[in-house]
Amino acid sequence: MARVKVPRKSTHIDMTAMCDVAFLLLTFFILTAKPRPQDPIPVDIPSSSVEVAIPDENVLLLTIGDGGKVFYTVDGADVRKQTLLQMGEKYKINFTPEEQNKFMSTTIFGVPIGSLKQFLALDGNDKKNYKQPGIPYDTTATSELSDWIRESRKVNASIKQKPLLISIKGDNKEKYPAVQKLIALLQKQKVNKFSLITSLRTAQKTK
Amino acid sequence: MAELDTSSGGGKKGGKVRSKKASTRVDLTAMVDLAFLLITFFILTTTLAKPKAMDVAMPDKEEKQTDQLAVAASRSMTLLLGANNKVEWFVGEPGKSQPETVGYGKNGLRETLIEKGKEIQQTTGKFMIVLIKPSDKSDYKNLVDALDEMKITAVQSYAIVDISQPELDLLKRDGNY
Repeated sequence: MARVKVPRKSTHIDMTAMCDVAFLLLTFFILTAKPRPQDPIPVDIPSSSVEVAIPDENVLLLTIGDGGKVFYTVDGADVRKQTLLQMGEKYKINFTPEEQNKFMSTTIFGVPIGSLKQFLALDGNDKKNYKQPGIPYDTTATSELSDWIRESRKVNASIKQKPLLISIKGDNKEKYPAVQKLIALLQKQKVNKFSLITSLRTAQKTK
Repeated sequence: MAELDTSSGGGKKGGKVRSKKASTRVDLTAMVDLAFLLITFFILTTTLAKPKAMDVAMPDKEEKQTDQLAVAASRSMTLLLGANNKVEWFVGEPGKSQPETVGYGKNGLRETLIEKGKEIQQTTGKFMIVLIKPSDKSDYKNLVDALDEMKITAVQSYAIVDISQPELDLLKRDGNY
């Protein structure tokens, strides 16, 4: 009688191919990832049927929410640094190279320039938990926010030779007067064209 | 390949030194685990739905008055954005015709805009001009909604204008302020 010999199979699976795929995907996602900038305040943006995506570059974003607090974001670390230098000059504040570097990596902020040094000195969690009061602004052409916008426009024009696209990201529940003030401030600088940031409405259009 | 042969050195019992045959396989399970963990992280942090940009052009404030064209009242429709997601509209000058209150959306504002647009096109032969006048009690969302309706109903000419006192009174009278 011949006994049937069951060959003992190894339980090991060859993981090489799987590993290859996993790392390929990982590389792809790392390279395409652009970390979402954390908003210091929750902003629930309105939806619309507009399908034009916001451009990646040359964008100045003004976030407004939480009762009229305005936060400032500008694209490009070099633009940010130069803007800070020019603002420092204007307001007679000297920023150290260390503070400049920190500012370059700060994507969004909303503090008056007087307490900017103090804000930049914070790190990690302290910065996240810091209650930012928003940049002071009014409809005159000399408010702090107005200066930030003007300086960034100048800097962007000289560094990138392109006009800065100004966009407003507002909270759904924000009352109109705050937005009106912001628009009036932009119009003071002869910015009559800007964009409102919205998300795509999921419901279908009529006819 | 991946494992170092550590069994070198003299054999215990004299004779031939047998080099151990080490497997060239490396256990990749942990590596794959890690890779997928990172993939998951990056998928979740990337923004898939990019925010959209709605372009708005405001009328130039410093433009000289002489350059501006007078708009026939019969062609202009005014939207007063009030509180509680209500919008009041009338055609022509304030006070001359009775304003109506509607809500935003498909059955409210959109229907009115399409209807009035056609009517004005027929009677005057020209397109309708819409003036959006947000009151202090309206939300930012209302403004975006109103602008969006302009896009959807293809209103050719519209503008965001400051609200005036008689119009505020109208809103107050109808309880939308």
